[in-house]
Amino acid sequence: MLKFTEDHEWLDIEDGIATVGITDYAQKALGDVVFVELPEVGATYSKGDEAAVVESVKAASEVYAPISGEITAVNTALEGEPALVNSAAMDQGWFFKMKVEDEGELDELMDETAYADFVAGLE
Amino acid sequence: MSTDENLLKTPLYDLHVERGGKMVPFAGYLMPVQYPLGIMKEHEHTRSAAGLFDVSHMGQCYIRATDGGDPAAALEKLMPGALQVLKPGKMRYTLLLNDEGGIEDDLMVTRTHEPDGMLYVVVNAACKDKDYAILEEKLAGQITLEPLDDRALIALQGPKAEAVLAALAPEVADLGFMEATAVTLEGVVCWVSRSGYTGEDGYEISIPQEEVDAFTRRLLQNDDVELIGLGARDSLRLEAGLCLSGHDFDASVSPVEAAVTFALGKKRREDGDFIGAERILKELADGPKKVRVGIQPEGRAPAREGTPVADMDGNEIGVITSGGFGPTAGGPVAMGFVPAAFATVGTEIQLIIRGKAHPAKVAALPFVEQRYKRKTS
Repeated sequence: MLKFTEDHEWLDIEDGIATVGITDYAQKALGDVVFVELPEVGATYSKGDEAAVVESVKAASEVYAPISGEITAVNTALEGEPALVNSAAMDQGWFFKMKVEDEGELDELMDETAYADFVAGLE
Repeated sequence: MSTDENLLKTPLYDLHVERGGKMVPFAGYLMPVQYPLGIMKEHEHTRSAAGLFDVSHMGQCYIRATDGGDPAAALEKLMPGALQVLKPGKMRYTLLLNDEGGIEDDLMVTRTHEPDGMLYVVVNAACKDKDYAILEEKLAGQITLEPLDDRALIALQGPKAEAVLAALAPEVADLGFMEATAVTLEGVVCWVSRSGYTGEDGYEISIPQEEVDAFTRRLLQNDDVELIGLGARDSLRLEAGLCLSGHDFDASVSPVEAAVTFALGKKRREDGDFIGAERILKELADGPKKVRVGIQPEGRAPAREGTPVADMDGNEIGVITSGGFGPTAGGPVAMGFVPAAFATVGTEIQLIIRGKAHPAKVAALPFVEQRYKRKTS
């Protein structure tokens, strides 16, 4: 199940684990990504907490926890190749995985069609 | 906050938008921060071929002496560079000082070929109103300042800049670094200098604003030329170790602290006949309390402007004034102030990024070797 936030994050939810990344729209807006600061495995966040930082050539931007839960994995490939966020935003450029603590939070997120409409409204 | 409606546009605004420039407010203007190529590739293109920059937002002016003599005599009261000795067609980097020896702005002064020794001066966009006001107030009755609001300014920078421009006017190849002359380009008389803000060889071209769009399009027909935005302009100058006015120094910082003592003429130091000389000469003799240095973060995390600098015990000792990712350096690079005792290249320090200490070292500037075409004669 693919979900989206208004902060241009995507969540791919499978068996109670959400894989989280930023959308193609977000990576284009950021420009060339040169560094990603990832959370620590085992850390827990509430929805909206700052969980990661993505740095482009020009600026640093926060990535917020899109839901509440514990971090179960981080994408260590981004340490050596942060540009994956640009080249493969929706798959290999994922940031972290987290346990879905409250299924109800998922209902507040957008599905693919709603997100496409949301982005279209920004342009 | 100013709204977009209050922002000025350069004569190349339509071209920027047409070429997909991402327009952002900068120094009161709407300027392109990047084009579809992106900051990284724009930076690399400038280092390997030729980048074309719109710098029309900068302040261009002519300065003459009211008595018909050398206007440099008056300017030297406020600027520590050797300006009276400038021969026609020679250009110099200098500083506009205040009474306390702080740097109000840095600027380029060029002697024109006019019989009255008129100077052509270029100042930073964000400072131009302030600079003009200081000059007209402090040198009242001694100089006349004529802003050249009808002229655009573009910079062509990179190893292929000479070939690109010489194809239109072969004589530009004869200019050495920091030399300038009038050149007819595509039938338009321009003022061309061999100078820039990237660490690369290249030119800055002052051209009537109504001609700049057509001329820029002509240059862009050359496959070696790409439009470059403010983002890459910043990473290029940072790698070249060049100061950004208002960031790497401000009105409280002296030329010794800013490590731009090369701008202090030898005889000018001996004579000490410029404002703020007392502090500046004292710092030259005794050393400054703090000094701008290059800083090499050891990890991959960029340290941005404002990042605290700490010693190895965690005591805050300074601050990053410019920092980011250097595409040619292949990693993060920065400049900032540290106490003089920490200024030796190789000194270990820490950068406090988002509350966490990251190891770094004081590094030699520039990070990327400057490739100016100096005349040997």
